[in-house]
Amino acid sequence: MVEVEIAKSMAEEVKLFKTWSTPFGLRVVWALKLKGIPYEAIDEDLSNKSALLLQYNPVYKKVPVLVHNGKPISESLVILEYIDETWKQNPLLPQDPLEKARERFWAKFNDEKLLQSIWGVFAKEGKEREEAMAASMENLKFVEEELKGKKFFGGEKIGLADITFGWLANLICVFEEVTGLKMIDERFPLLLAWIQEFSQHPIIKDAGPPHDKLVIKYQALYEKFHPAK
Amino acid sequence: MAENDVKVLGSWPSPYVLRVRIALHLKSVNYEHIEENLLESKSELLLKSNPVFKKVPVLIHGDKLICESLIIVQYIDEVWLFAPSILPSDAYERANSRFLAAYVDDKLSPALRGALAAESEDAKKATIAQLEEGLVLLEEKFRKLSKGEAFFGGDNIGYLDIAIDSLLVWIQVVEKFSEKKLLNEAKTPCLLEWAYRFSSHAAVKDVLARG
Repeated sequence: MVEVEIAKSMAEEVKLFKTWSTPFGLRVVWALKLKGIPYEAIDEDLSNKSALLLQYNPVYKKVPVLVHNGKPISESLVILEYIDETWKQNPLLPQDPLEKARERFWAKFNDEKLLQSIWGVFAKEGKEREEAMAASMENLKFVEEELKGKKFFGGEKIGLADITFGWLANLICVFEEVTGLKMIDERFPLLLAWIQEFSQHPIIKDAGPPHDKLVIKYQALYEKFHPAK
Repeated sequence: MAENDVKVLGSWPSPYVLRVRIALHLKSVNYEHIEENLLESKSELLLKSNPVFKKVPVLIHGDKLICESLIIVQYIDEVWLFAPSILPSDAYERANSRFLAAYVDDKLSPALRGALAAESEDAKKATIAQLEEGLVLLEEKFRKLSKGEAFFGGDNIGYLDIAIDSLLVWIQVVEKFSEKKLLNEAKTPCLLEWAYRFSSHAAVKDVLARG
């Protein structure tokens, strides 16, 4: 009986290396919480990376890293799919291959296009910033279009694409506050509604870092990118 | 499945389109290849099929549109469920394959293109050094993942083999222009052999022959 108990608890040793603020780590937190998977969170100081992190992610040396029974998995989207395939409750991806492809597509779109363009608005100046803003608006239009007739990107429930876009729910307002630039406004009613639904979800609500702390962090970063002349 | 049920909007010899075609060949799925001329302005079909990225390949399966080469390859594996499987069956091995495929696309391919576009000798040397490091990593991964078999996927081509194929095309170009052997006996002997075996595999040869 005791052996079975020990074996059971050993079988589900889950650790997550992240930082307090990384949106990529937060995605994994959301996925683990949505599935009710117990885990140990290890918040790293990226200016002084632990030996364990470097051992678990020698290729990129970045967070997040999920370690399941001693086996490390890196890159947030890879981690999310691994979690979904390993713990079958509350699936993040649908069964239908086309719907699955669609979720993966939008996750990729977020990471390769949307994130980049909005970060450009935050970090760049002058003409580069203008171009980033134009690209962001175009990208947000695609996202708005995708939400037609849906509560979440995944339909009735939160899925992989929602989790990937999730940073829009807690970080865009921080960017807008720090830059003084409005990015998601009344031109994107569906996106605004989605942000409400997503951020009010009982699992998502209390899982993220405090807004004020994020503002301080990004304010400092913003000042670095745009030193007062 | 009738040939006109599956179409690939592609462009010869885009390595990303090759991925999709190799996957379809592996599954013995008949398809129609619609050639998009990338040197001319984009066709109506392409702009309609992939309005977001406006790029090939696009898989047109009946009335379904699927974009992004690796997403398409996974779709193919999930729709045509019979053997051979393209992705490994174990979740952790799948994660490894996805991670390395993303590494190829996010780091190595751009580095290869960077090596070609580099304006100074120093910049060129830096990107080539990056590449060599990456290839040594893949060499190490090959030894681990292939478990003594011919391919990353084992005794048959798998997801990672298909993903890395795009590198081979660029590697050949860089090797020509830099007069440096990126795949060599000294540092990447397994990859060198793998490259030969991959190009000789029936599914790959058929695609290249079909043109």
